[in-house]
Amino acid sequence: MTLTARIDDHERPATPEQTRQATPASVPEVSSIRLVLTLGVAGVLAGLLLVLVFKATEPAILRNKAAALEIAVQEVLKAPARYETLYVLDDRLAPELPEGRTERDTERVFLGFDAEDHPVGFAVTAGEPGFQDIVRLIFGYQPESRTVLGMKVLESKETPGLGDKIEKDLAFVSQFEGARAPLLGVKAGQGNDSDPAEIDMITGATISSKAVIRIINNKLEVLRPLLEAYDPETRP
Amino acid sequence: MKVTTSQQDFLRGVWRENPVLIQMLGLCPALAVTNTVANSLAMGLATFFVLAGSSVLVALLKRFIPHEVRISTYILIIATFVTVADMTLEAVVPGIHKALGAFIALIVVNCMILGRQEAFASRRPVGRALIDACGTGFGFIIALLIMGSVREILGNGSFLNISLFGPDFEPWVIFVLPPGGFLTLGFVLLFLNWRSSRKRRKELKPGATTTTGESTVERKVA
Repeated sequence: MTLTARIDDHERPATPEQTRQATPASVPEVSSIRLVLTLGVAGVLAGLLLVLVFKATEPAILRNKAAALEIAVQEVLKAPARYETLYVLDDRLAPELPEGRTERDTERVFLGFDAEDHPVGFAVTAGEPGFQDIVRLIFGYQPESRTVLGMKVLESKETPGLGDKIEKDLAFVSQFEGARAPLLGVKAGQGNDSDPAEIDMITGATISSKAVIRIINNKLEVLRPLLEAYDPETRP
Repeated sequence: MKVTTSQQDFLRGVWRENPVLIQMLGLCPALAVTNTVANSLAMGLATFFVLAGSSVLVALLKRFIPHEVRISTYILIIATFVTVADMTLEAVVPGIHKALGAFIALIVVNCMILGRQEAFASRRPVGRALIDACGTGFGFIIALLIMGSVREILGNGSFLNISLFGPDFEPWVIFVLPPGGFLTLGFVLLFLNWRSSRKRRKELKPGATTTTGESTVERKVA
């Protein structure tokens, strides 16, 4: 009842007298200052609480992200003895950031080394639209033999059960190991098995499979000269 | 206002007025993220936390919140708890947080939670509000777990990622896709209504006609 009376009040231009009549005696008039104050105080308190929780959870969230990337690098470079981070500058790769560039706006690649300190390959992250949203992945690449060492999807919102096979279907994922770049996507069972560039696409997830292949090829087209030119021995 | 005991407050939310299966509230997460048992459980727990937290706070603050801005204040309280749950999940279980995606933020607009604040927590003492929120929250978890179990077992042949039928099982993929959510919910509701209509018919059998029972069922199904 109270609610209906109130809605009616707003519909017709009410004089103060009418409003007083329509408002039941049990609910006293509340000044608008008090309404604003209530919401304001509640908002400030909520904000303070959120800042505290954000500060408390931020280290763990960043740690999780770093750990996920670390695991991914280990996986696509087949467990290197160690790896170092290189920054992608306009014309070269550099182990350190030059003046005026921040970690946030600079792309990174990871160079892995085996137990004898020979470089085994680069781990490169890349992202482009898939079927639903941006697919972000990381892949290992050996510039001398121009082969992909492995691929792992970092983030995707592809259809569960179909498109998400690009990360869950091990038969698809394992094909990237040792594949020659640029990669070539073929329909399952229709390719020439001896061609090392061929990747059998997943039936029912063609767009997602093509996206993975396209992401790797496009990224390599941009980065290949830099990756090939980089010599770990000549670093300063 | 009907007088109820705390036990009734609790059990009402868990089963007799189960938010998803009887009241048909909170169907969006119940359809969208119940494709695995782990996701269902995480969603249920996050919602439980938000519901219990905001019910206690609303019951505590009910004297200070003017009637005119009560809904906006409730939403503000709920949104704060949701953001806390969101950040906590991201810090503690990043994998599940990734799987639930936007649906954690959407707990804010789950009408089940706002409904409990408006209908119960804003009119009762703190203890009763907490009991009621726990009951409704448990009911929500149970409903999500039923959905998640059916969908994961049929759609992936596993329970909590433990394979049940061995490698020869051909998963019924549609059950982990969105249509599977609707199918599962439909069959679960069909089963529950069939059971309650049978029970009612049994109770009415001695002497009385069954018309009342049937019409109630029809209304519910419609």
